[in-house]
Amino acid sequence: MNAAVRWLAGLPAYLWSGWGAVASLLLCLALWEWLAGFYGELILPDPRAALSTLAGLLAGGGAWSELGITARRALAGFVLALAAGSALGLAAGLSMTAAMMSRPVVTVLIGTPPIAWLVLALLWFGAGDGTPVFTVFVAAFPVIFVGAMQGARTVDGQLAELAAAYRLPARMRLTDVYLPHVLSYLFPAWITALGISWKVVVMAELLATSDGVGAALAVTRSHLDTAATLAWILAVVGTLLAVEYLLLEPLKRAVERWRSTT
Amino acid sequence: MNTVPAPRRLLARGVGHAYALRTVLEGIDFELPAGRVMALVGPSGCGKTTLLHLVAGLLAVREGRIESNFSTPASVFQQPRLLPWKNALDNIALGLKAAGVARAEREARAAELGVRVGLAADDLQKFPHQLSGGMQSRVALARALVLGPDLLLLDEPFSALDVGLKAELYALLAEHLAGREMAVLMITHDLMEAVRLSDDILVMAASPGRVVARFALDRPAARRDDDFVYRRTAELLRDATVRESFGLPPQVCAQTPEDAACETALQAVHTVRPGAAPARGGLRC
Ligand SMILES: Nc1ncnc2c1ncn2[C@@H]1O[C@H](COP(=O)(O)OP(=O)(O)OP(=O)(O)O)[C@@H](O)[C@H]1O
Ligand SMILES: [Mg+2]
Repeated sequence: MNAAVRWLAGLPAYLWSGWGAVASLLLCLALWEWLAGFYGELILPDPRAALSTLAGLLAGGGAWSELGITARRALAGFVLALAAGSALGLAAGLSMTAAMMSRPVVTVLIGTPPIAWLVLALLWFGAGDGTPVFTVFVAAFPVIFVGAMQGARTVDGQLAELAAAYRLPARMRLTDVYLPHVLSYLFPAWITALGISWKVVVMAELLATSDGVGAALAVTRSHLDTAATLAWILAVVGTLLAVEYLLLEPLKRAVERWRSTT
Repeated sequence: MNTVPAPRRLLARGVGHAYALRTVLEGIDFELPAGRVMALVGPSGCGKTTLLHLVAGLLAVREGRIESNFSTPASVFQQPRLLPWKNALDNIALGLKAAGVARAEREARAAELGVRVGLAADDLQKFPHQLSGGMQSRVALARALVLGPDLLLLDEPFSALDVGLKAELYALLAEHLAGREMAVLMITHDLMEAVRLSDDILVMAASPGRVVARFALDRPAARRDDDFVYRRTAELLRDATVRESFGLPPQVCAQTPEDAACETALQAVHTVRPGAAPARGGLRC
């Protein structure tokens, strides 16, 4: 009952922020249209051309399967990074020594450009799913690892004492004290890592595979088909926006309601 | 077979504590039987919280011994220490949940106590960051009281509250005391509060933290009126040991020269200890 009231009360603000996002997207479209008029069809087709090409691709059905393949690879790498990064990061956060030792490793991982990993992956895994999945994993892992480590390192000692004083059983300490805190660090890291995965997978596919959105982009490039290139880019960006604003953002708001400063 | 249970009590003998190489507590002795309230007063940093944590089992006792046969102790910390991701109601119910009380029952009990400590129904739905400091400390107090503890450990639970709320919560505490044989060990900076609520007052001094004076209040708490409280507090404040422990200068008396106690205090005026702390605002009497 109360939750429903609170949700209703928050709705206008959420919708309003949604309109803000739509407005800024439309502004970008306007800018694109204007630039298109400036440079001409071959360099930069206007948004309508790109959108109608995209509609054609989607209606033909081919786009869905390419997007599906790309999503499968991105999610595979992301889920692997999520599992390994969360588990190892938490473990590292619990031990001072492990945290100190893993720090330079993480810095190296974050600092190495994904394209370097991609070249290595091509040598190791060849053309196939292995290469994009590995590249996504290496790019997303350190981000999640750092988030998990921070979360475990910053658990409030005072709350741990509280748990002891009120004789919380081990399970409750985990679910009521440690996990909510750690999640507040992990969740943003997961979201960032998902965005990285989606970008990196397209890059990996461009160079490494014969299917997926990246491969389709490579084909349009070789045909000098700028409208189709833009259509694919729209598809990739649109998917990311939809996942972020329709799924992750509301989820984040629900999970972190206790944090909001309203 | 004789199965009379041993009387419940908390006992500290020669308790000391050191953080790293710094000794903060030394030779603490006291006994707190069921049904009594003991107040612990002393200057800031003299080790009161440390002593309470030793009693609560949050710090290992390495020097001396602490014995307690109370079965359900509950603590109120100096900071509210609420779980930021739980609303006030769930925070109050934390200990009940840990004890395995079913959701409906623990929520009902928590809501009842929440109202008793003066929280409105919609405050109970708020998260800690949406509550004022005084509301947070009332949630922390309710979280302890809802367990119906037989030993209550309080670390300045009333310091963030206005006089009206204090009076209300004193009454609530008195009611909980009357209902069962609950023992209370209470830290306070407020001598008047100590005189109003407790049966025994331990005065501590710093570096290292030790007990320098003990006072017993003979009149039962229920029969102490404001007049009694003011008088005994003033007496306490005139005590040389108490003054020294709080770093107050020896008493200078202006109003009643015929007051014998004042007379002696005046006689005793000598050079103030070098480096003696100035009178602090922590003492609200
Ligand atoms: N975890 C700790 N590590 C090291 N020193 C500590 C720690 N906790 C407290 N101390 C020191 O021990 C001394 C006593 O601290 P304690 O918190 O017990 O004082 P207190 O009497 O409760 O003071 P206050 O009235 O201001 O709350 C202080 O000098 C403090 O600096
Ligand atoms: Mg303290």
